[in-house]
Amino acid sequence: MGKTLFDKVWDSHVVKKIDKGPDVLFIDRHMVHEVTSPVAFLGLKNRDIKVLFPEKTFATADHNTPTRNQHLPVKDYLSSKQLKALEENAKYHGISYWGLGHEKNGIVHVIGPEHGITLPGATIVCGDSHTSTHGAFGAIAFGIGTSEVEMVLSTQCVMQPKPKKMRININGQLNEAVTPKDVALFIISKLSTSGATGYFVEYSGEVFSSMTMEGRMTVCNLSIEMGARGGMIAPDDKTFNYVRGREFSPKNETWDDAMEYWKTLKSDDDAVFDKEFTFDGSTIEPMITYGTNPGMGISINSGIPSSNQHGGNKETFLKSLEYMDYSEGDKILGKKIDFVFLGSCTNGRIEDFRAFTNIVKGRKKAPNVTAWLVPGSHKVEKAIKDEGLLTILNESGFELREPGCSACLAMNDDKIPPGKYAVSTSNRNFEGRQGPGSRTLLASPIVAAAAAITGKVTDPRYL
Amino acid sequence: MAYEKFNILESTAVPLPIENIDTDQIIPARFLKATERKGFGENLFRDWRYDSNNNPKEDFVLNNNKYTGKILIGGKNFGSGSSREHAAWAIYDYGFRCVISSFFADIFKNNCLNIGVLPVQISPKFLEVILERIFKDPSTLIIVDLRKQLIKIQGSEYYENFEINHYKKNNMLNGYDDIDYLLNLKESIQNFSKKTPL
Repeated sequence: MGKTLFDKVWDSHVVKKIDKGPDVLFIDRHMVHEVTSPVAFLGLKNRDIKVLFPEKTFATADHNTPTRNQHLPVKDYLSSKQLKALEENAKYHGISYWGLGHEKNGIVHVIGPEHGITLPGATIVCGDSHTSTHGAFGAIAFGIGTSEVEMVLSTQCVMQPKPKKMRININGQLNEAVTPKDVALFIISKLSTSGATGYFVEYSGEVFSSMTMEGRMTVCNLSIEMGARGGMIAPDDKTFNYVRGREFSPKNETWDDAMEYWKTLKSDDDAVFDKEFTFDGSTIEPMITYGTNPGMGISINSGIPSSNQHGGNKETFLKSLEYMDYSEGDKILGKKIDFVFLGSCTNGRIEDFRAFTNIVKGRKKAPNVTAWLVPGSHKVEKAIKDEGLLTILNESGFELREPGCSACLAMNDDKIPPGKYAVSTSNRNFEGRQGPGSRTLLASPIVAAAAAITGKVTDPRYL
Repeated sequence: MAYEKFNILESTAVPLPIENIDTDQIIPARFLKATERKGFGENLFRDWRYDSNNNPKEDFVLNNNKYTGKILIGGKNFGSGSSREHAAWAIYDYGFRCVISSFFADIFKNNCLNIGVLPVQISPKFLEVILERIFKDPSTLIIVDLRKQLIKIQGSEYYENFEINHYKKNNMLNGYDDIDYLLNLKESIQNFSKKTPL
């Protein structure tokens, strides 16, 4: 029987198989940020051990950092303490640290690919569930808890049972204004937030092969929102061209060796998946969520389903609508919004800012909308300026902030106020996710841009 | 980090039959700023437990004296969302040692097992039965026997077996942790690393 892409990468990283237990899996790349690492470093201190392979771990500050005046000391006492702890831990253990103000600083899942840390066939972990992003390169990438961060720091391994395998095939031509974000929200709406729990997903078909690397990252990023451990896409020429020449990518003969191996990274024709789904890409419309989990998504022209149509637990569903102050059967188009958030590891890359700018160009931001545009990294920020996007955004009434996770999880000051509605390009619409009492509608950068112009949920095709 | 060994737990339980309880509800992101593993229990279910003026919300189950105990019962897909281990820490720190649900999110389940909270997955039917019993009589005792992989309602004929892999079971019974195991493998790991090109 043939092997899947996932099998090939996983099996080549197993240090030891434990009988009736998990596999000991070797980790090639470990990304660390300030929030989920301090207790792990403390664990090393208590055991009096040092990081085993400091050159395989990369640290950055992103989760709790301000998106304004980053040159000033961080005002929030606890945040600054956490940042300082990471800086000291990185220094003590000899780990690269790209802190606030560093030119390579940015959201952990944006900077990994930017600098060639993310490579095909690698195993990549981080104490963050959206680590699945890196699967876009044909890597096995998944989020881990702090105990596991400690394991990787001290032994470069985690212990996990091998997940089951799922393949999601989407062929056909995508419609106008349908972006990778819509494809992902569509899949999650079909599978639900637990539909892929216990599985590692491979995305396959022409919709994904014709996507840019940025688009593939958006799709893989959202794998966790349907419960999957991670998602991956077989590497192809687009992948190799993206990776080539980046700072940490292999060079010269090592590159040639790597290419030879990377070209074998695809599922064999006779490989068997535990579960398979197939959708027609031409049926996907621009998507938006109306509830309090990412599975509660609909095409922008539909109505909010009734509890019967939605299925699942009725009380939970109605509690969710009550939180959003929406009713069954309401049209989502035309719903008033207060905030727009463009950014995050889901949609904070240059392509997302291009798409957003393209819509708002020559138009003006609605006066009742507060818009937070937060690049995923300094590199993205620089590209926005270099490509002239910032000028266009400014003319339309938008400002650009400095990089970070920002309002995606609202650990810093970027909090959506209670009761307010935000169209966000981020990944979670959970209750209070973007600030206590905040109400989130997840959508693509294009749908977010249209909403920023009109102040209400708007189909970008009819703006 | 060391945790209490888990053998047999006999306790009343706190029912929270909502589906898709995500880790942002279990512990909101603004409480993740600690550099030590301390005090997370105070903020367990913070925004469901307290209003914006920090007054306890009377209708939330953790503020209802009727329901106490070391077992938390949640609806389907418990612990979805973020990988924050702080969610499991908050549950442990509050005093729970076991979470029962008909389905768990992956990373959360793993985090629980790593810190000494036992996630017990039971059938939707049995979950219904347990909840019904507890709502009728909050003093109902639930017995979770890890060695036998058995969960039952005391004084009734209702019971079910649950799954846990042998390695993790052994860890929980003995209070072992994965890091000690891995540290003992250090030599093979170092040898393995020489074979990997990256």
